Amino acid sequence: MQAFDFVAPTSVDEAISALAAGGGRARPLSGGTDLIAQLQEGRLALDTVVDLKRIPELMAISISGDGLTLGASVACHSINANQAIRDAYPALIDSTHLIGGTQIQGRASIGGNLCNSSPAADSIPNLIAHSVTCHIAGPNGRRSVAAEDFCTGPGRNVLGTGEFLVALEFPTPPANFGAAYLRFIPRNEMDIAVVGAGSSVVLSDDKSTIQSARVSLGAVAPTPLFVEEAGDALAGQPVSEESLAKAADLAKAAARPISDMRGTIPQRKHLSAVLTQRTLRIAIDRARGTNTVDELGRLNGHG
Amino acid sequence: MAATKQNGTGKLSANGQNGYKVIGTRPVRPDGVDKVTGRAIYAADVQMTGLLHGFVLRSPHAHAHIRSIDTSKAEALPGVRAVVTAADLPEAEDKVEDLGEGAINLKYLSDNVLANEKVLYHGHAVAAVAATTPHIAEEAAGLIEVDYELLPPVMTVDDALADDAPILLETLRTDSMGEIGAEQTNLASFFRHQRGDLDAGFDSAHLVVDRTYRTETVHQGYIEPHAATASYSADGQIIIWTSTQGSFAVRGQVCEILKIPVSRLKVVPTEIGGGFGGKINVYVEPVAVILSQKAGYEPVKIVMSRADVLAATGPTSGSNIRVKIGVDADGKISAALAELYYEAGAYPGSPVGAAANVSLAPYAIDNLQVDGYDIIVNRPRSAAYRAPGGTNVAFAVESVVDELAEKLGIDPAQFRILNGAKENDRRPDGLQYARIGQIETVEAIRDSEHYQSPLEGNYRGRGIASGYWNNWGGQSSATAVLNPDGTVNLNEASTDIGGTRASIAMQLAEAMDIEYEQVKARVVDTDTVSYNDVTGGSRTTFAPGLAAYNLGRQLLEEMKSRLADQWDVAAADVTYEDGTFSAGSESVPFVEAAGLVQREEPLMASSTVHPQDFGPGFSTQCVDIEVDPDTGKITILRYTIAQDVGKAIHPSYVEGQMQGGVAQGIGWAINEEYIYDDEGHLLNASLLDYRMPTSLDLPMIETILVEVPHPAHPYGVRGVGEVNIVPPAGAVANAVYQATGVRMDKLPISPANLLEAMWAKEAEEAELVPGDD
Repeated sequence: MQAFDFVAPTSVDEAISALAAGGGRARPLSGGTDLIAQLQEGRLALDTVVDLKRIPELMAISISGDGLTLGASVACHSINANQAIRDAYPALIDSTHLIGGTQIQGRASIGGNLCNSSPAADSIPNLIAHSVTCHIAGPNGRRSVAAEDFCTGPGRNVLGTGEFLVALEFPTPPANFGAAYLRFIPRNEMDIAVVGAGSSVVLSDDKSTIQSARVSLGAVAPTPLFVEEAGDALAGQPVSEESLAKAADLAKAAARPISDMRGTIPQRKHLSAVLTQRTLRIAIDRARGTNTVDELGRLNGHG
Repeated sequence: MAATKQNGTGKLSANGQNGYKVIGTRPVRPDGVDKVTGRAIYAADVQMTGLLHGFVLRSPHAHAHIRSIDTSKAEALPGVRAVVTAADLPEAEDKVEDLGEGAINLKYLSDNVLANEKVLYHGHAVAAVAATTPHIAEEAAGLIEVDYELLPPVMTVDDALADDAPILLETLRTDSMGEIGAEQTNLASFFRHQRGDLDAGFDSAHLVVDRTYRTETVHQGYIEPHAATASYSADGQIIIWTSTQGSFAVRGQVCEILKIPVSRLKVVPTEIGGGFGGKINVYVEPVAVILSQKAGYEPVKIVMSRADVLAATGPTSGSNIRVKIGVDADGKISAALAELYYEAGAYPGSPVGAAANVSLAPYAIDNLQVDGYDIIVNRPRSAAYRAPGGTNVAFAVESVVDELAEKLGIDPAQFRILNGAKENDRRPDGLQYARIGQIETVEAIRDSEHYQSPLEGNYRGRGIASGYWNNWGGQSSATAVLNPDGTVNLNEASTDIGGTRASIAMQLAEAMDIEYEQVKARVVDTDTVSYNDVTGGSRTTFAPGLAAYNLGRQLLEEMKSRLADQWDVAAADVTYEDGTFSAGSESVPFVEAAGLVQREEPLMASSTVHPQDFGPGFSTQCVDIEVDPDTGKITILRYTIAQDVGKAIHPSYVEGQMQGGVAQGIGWAINEEYIYDDEGHLLNASLLDYRMPTSLDLPMIETILVEVPHPAHPYGVRGVGEVNIVPPAGAVANAVYQATGVRMDKLPISPANLLEAMWAKEAEEAELVPGDD
């Protein structure tokens, strides 16, 4: 690893200046669980690293009737330890529990996971399923984009030079809302998703009909994939295995994976359907208030 | 009759049994406190004033000529103290030597340490830098300019044996049972073991199963990366601190590569974080020495990264294997053929020879033929890995055996008992067995609560498999110093990987009828005792244990003799019972005697041994699995091992060996493999993508210690460290068949591979039964 300058601004404006001054050779640092590894392995060379963790806005958790605003540098462990988040957004914990072990969770942030923009990131399908809005600051002021529009390619995203992610905004879950994230890995821990799936549903008041749904896939395209058609197909359908199977087929059709050392094209297409169906089942159970933590834990390797 | 002990894990017995006081108990290991408090010194922990840090530049290509190397920019970087390439090594002789790790061509050994003219695998060391910090060394390595002429990569058996295959080593000729070929080739050697009449055996068979298999390259996965520090004294003496299974093997290899006399080099073995066979070859040790020399004799430390460990050390062979076995109507094996094609990596020396002996060893077979092929490919030079070569071939043989038993309608345990090898039977190369416990291990599994219990549920299956390992004796030396307070310092030179300081000390304590706590065992350097072979071949509790037994007997005899002088009686009249020396009215306990006998002259003993009659080990194992039919993922539900352990000196460490070997075997069976792209680049040189099992992937592994004492050891010791890794892949594959109906013909049985095989079977069945319903 080569030497670099380390800057730790305490305000958003200072951070913008520091990043802008560094041009393409400066990068923001949150938990560093991706960035430092990339620097150590020589996959990335930088002149300046800008630590964002001393900026209050990036470390803030705000939960109210308007929803949840999560500072971009908040560590997974802080999310896991927050009972208000666990109660209101149980599916978010599916991702924050999966990312790394306990020590890594003390550093790794959801914002960092999004900005690293891996197609296989374990939080992004979940953010898409939760209709999250990403708030960005930069030299030209502030702007916002939907989570499904944030990534533009493997390791690439909408952030321009000098821009960084400030916060993630989760809308308040509507009544009868449920969501879930699952990934498939060959082992039960310490792995990158072969395929990941995040789904959410809003059920009718009698919980027999799906009013709306969102389905998202990871590791089956250059970016996390929002499979809008799968959610649309579920809207207005009865809660049934047939409905879920149809959505799963649409997810499989939408997946356009590659074969690499972590999985093959047929395997990933197939798993897109399997995981879509399984996450929808869990999301529905959660919307109905049924406790599925045991099954989720088993499937995610946390049994 | 064999004694069996069910799963003693975690239980502490106050006393051993069968008349032993120390053997069979579970005392605390001498190194335990230092290890759990973080004080133990591992290779990367070595520190000293003025220490420089080395970094090795590695080939980005699988196969290329080195046209030139320009180190000038690296040398000019501030902080850089030395840059070396193969040109800094003495010219190596093209001759074969045995340096304590099997015979090796010295030129290949040297060329693997720093590539000379050619790079033969992605990760092959090309040059090295010593600098004042690790970061400067790494940065400087990036400034070295290597001009490569790329050559086509040769990655598999089939690539290497193709008619127009590119040649890796221009001087290599096939050694075919001693006959040397004339042509350039990638086939380093061929051999055949044969007995009886194979054709007649197959002709008379009631049923023949003939299958071919593929297994992939896997790594030992020791958790401590290789590291070494080299230091020169002002008088030219060299010291190397390193993490190794054999300090004398390091001394031998480094002295041959650098052409220095053994008296100039002392090797100090540090604590070791695993080896499994992979810490016998030298990698960074000679490089640290020449960097130190070139840097003005400042000490140099090189610590390998995990990526370097996976890319450039260790792995064991991928293989193509054919197994054909015929049986008569009663289920007796009438003939067996095995063809083993093993990938040696970049230089000759795959474990195909050992694999041939493992192949059919558990069975009594009159008509057999085993052919072995040692083949070089553009992968890292293969190294020993726990029962080298055994897991590959046992996967193939045990799969065929399972299929035969199924088709005959015989219980698979019964089939193995019916055909089981026993005393006076011969293994494939003709070696005749003394008393062995193969059948006893099968019986122990057959009779186990596990095997007798029902297994219910969809996509669940149970498989069993057996395995053999030869074990080893090797050369050992040790000394013992009797302290006047009644303790004994035991100095031995075998790296302690699996608790051998304890298991060797226990044998000394038993021999002297003293407490285990009275023996202080330590692993010493190459200047302190005489030659000692590596910790390998499951030999360390057996052979150095024998030396310790001898030491105890010698000390006791000398104590008796000296007491006889003092008491003015004949030495033969002095008895030693229950820790007390007596003759007539005289009587003195051991602790007091220790001082008494040394008032005039100190007392120590030395022992060297080279036992030839080591006892082989057998293991039979049973596994229950569940397959997720949607994903192809295997969950290991339950696992039981029965192993012939001879006599378990320290049962906890024997159980640990058994469980550890099975954990590695399960990894090999279900996920571990080297993954290359079409250009021969290794893609998964990290523990993220080289998927060894984590603690969440394994159940508690149950152990049954079958004790068939080895007749040629005073305490009946057999090696226990290796055979446990031989059966798991076969056992898991047989369980997969029961769970899914799919017979896997390749490892690993990863989710992707199993899913594909299940789809293929579905497609086949859909074709077979059109219109049936």
